[in-house]
Amino acid sequence: MTVVAELKDVTKRYGDKTVVDNVSLQIQQGEILALLGPNGSGKTTILKILAFLENTSGGEVKLEGETITSKKEENARLKTTLVFQKTILFDTSVYNNIAYGLKIRKVSKEELDKSVRRALKLVRLEGFESRPARKLSGGEQQRVAIARALVLESKLLLLDEPTANLDPKNSEIIEEVIDAANRQNKLTIIMATHNMFQAKTLPHRIALMNEGKITEIGEPTEIFGKLSKNIASFAALRNTFRGTASLTEEGSTIVDIGNGVKIEITSQRQGETSIFINPQDIILSEKPIESSARNVFKAIITEVTDTGSLVKLRVDAGKPFTVQITKRSFTEMGLNLGHKVFIVFKASSVQVL
Amino acid sequence: MVDIFGGIIEAFQLIVTGDPMLYGIVYRTLFFSGIAVILATLWGTPISMLLGLREFRGKSIVKGLFSTLIGIPTVVLGLFLFLIFSRGGPLGFLGLLYTPGAIIIGEAILVTPILVSIMTTAIEAVDPEIMKLAKTLGASESQASIAVLKEAINGVLLSNVASFNRAIAELGVALLVGGNITGLTDVLTTAISRYTARGDLDLAIALGILLMLIVFSINMIIIAARKAKILLTIGRSPQ
Repeated sequence: MTVVAELKDVTKRYGDKTVVDNVSLQIQQGEILALLGPNGSGKTTILKILAFLENTSGGEVKLEGETITSKKEENARLKTTLVFQKTILFDTSVYNNIAYGLKIRKVSKEELDKSVRRALKLVRLEGFESRPARKLSGGEQQRVAIARALVLESKLLLLDEPTANLDPKNSEIIEEVIDAANRQNKLTIIMATHNMFQAKTLPHRIALMNEGKITEIGEPTEIFGKLSKNIASFAALRNTFRGTASLTEEGSTIVDIGNGVKIEITSQRQGETSIFINPQDIILSEKPIESSARNVFKAIITEVTDTGSLVKLRVDAGKPFTVQITKRSFTEMGLNLGHKVFIVFKASSVQVL
Repeated sequence: MVDIFGGIIEAFQLIVTGDPMLYGIVYRTLFFSGIAVILATLWGTPISMLLGLREFRGKSIVKGLFSTLIGIPTVVLGLFLFLIFSRGGPLGFLGLLYTPGAIIIGEAILVTPILVSIMTTAIEAVDPEIMKLAKTLGASESQASIAVLKEAINGVLLSNVASFNRAIAELGVALLVGGNITGLTDVLTTAISRYTARGDLDLAIALGILLMLIVFSINMIIIAARKAKILLTIGRSPQ
């Protein structure tokens, strides 16, 4: 296996705060590596270091076997590309946005035109060429940002929470694009995420991060196995709970996660179990609704975060849950802090880690 | 008694008949101010980029200095430049006094503070992440700076238009270092003052109307440009 990039004992400090603490990491040619960890665990900083947008306070960064010093950074940046979590687009057309990096690389006009159109097709935005990029919806903007990076065919593609704050449809398109780029073009990808579901399905390897350190690294099955035993340190990950599973008389499984919260799941389990519920799979209602969903809990809204077209809510149902709903629903339901609501989700939406 | 009404009628006659002397003055005014703004843009853009994108000691003092200098009385700057360009002055050997060159340089210096101040504000208003974005897409330091400048294009245009407005309407510099020589260094403002003093009101009024028309058109262009902001920023893209 060829090593594309390597971090050797890399440390990054801002003032006296250490955000990356002695991290060593080898990135193999053609793999998707996920950096999984709570906010502030150092994921973004590692990506910025690998994109040569951030200097290290100590250690060594290698790209294709070569140690990158500050003199070589400009050249190295032609080989690695970062897609930021917050979508940033140039105030110009979709076409010009995607063409930017190719123009820098002095690609011929014909080749450039072909590449841009291919990239647009990949992210399913054909016909959007002359649209003003900043007038697109949040999801479409992020797809333009992904296309703009993919078109460069970099040695290393770095994605910082590529689907954070996106609706399920756009997230799905982006996940498909990432997967296809890796499979068909053998693109090496590192992505930061705190979405357990994404981490479980997309990557070949996962690096668990906490407080600036890589605590575990390995294949998803291996990592999730370990994670389920050591979930406490990952409490900051959204909607991840640990509890005791027991079989009911009807043959279903109930996981008691404490404080009177008992969650029904579809797989048959007994004993200590870790579970995860995707925030998008949770329905919020003002009154208890009659549905086939097996899990219904009373909750109070404790935190509201506006993330563009979506609103992220923290609710307390005895245990804290994160719920993601559209801004329109949020406004129409007249929700706010302290509001009493019901959270509803299907037993099949609960993933056992 | 001054015949204002008669003066206005004659002024319109001069404008409509395309009086060569009148339009010669208009042409010189536009030409001197235009070149002055180009010169000021040439040296003002790097200064603005430095002030807008870099952090250094004394930056706020430099910025404060430029915004204070916006209000410098044109006659004071004119006098200062006169002393420099006059035969005994430090740049007297260039023989620039009472030539178009002196007016152009003088006006370029005059508009630099307003140009730098507006352009710096525009550059500072651009999302700082744009620089990082350009870099991660492969841009060098200078290419990334240009990307930022492009994002600030509306402010850059505004700085140019405001500078042109200032140059075209000023009197002190053109009068003191240009000398108001008929057919060579007289511009709209200096010619108006001359003809008013002489009692040639028809000419003075005609020039006044033309000056107002120019200033008014420039401001209309700004408004139209703002409305067409999208068109301006998108530029050409293939169909």
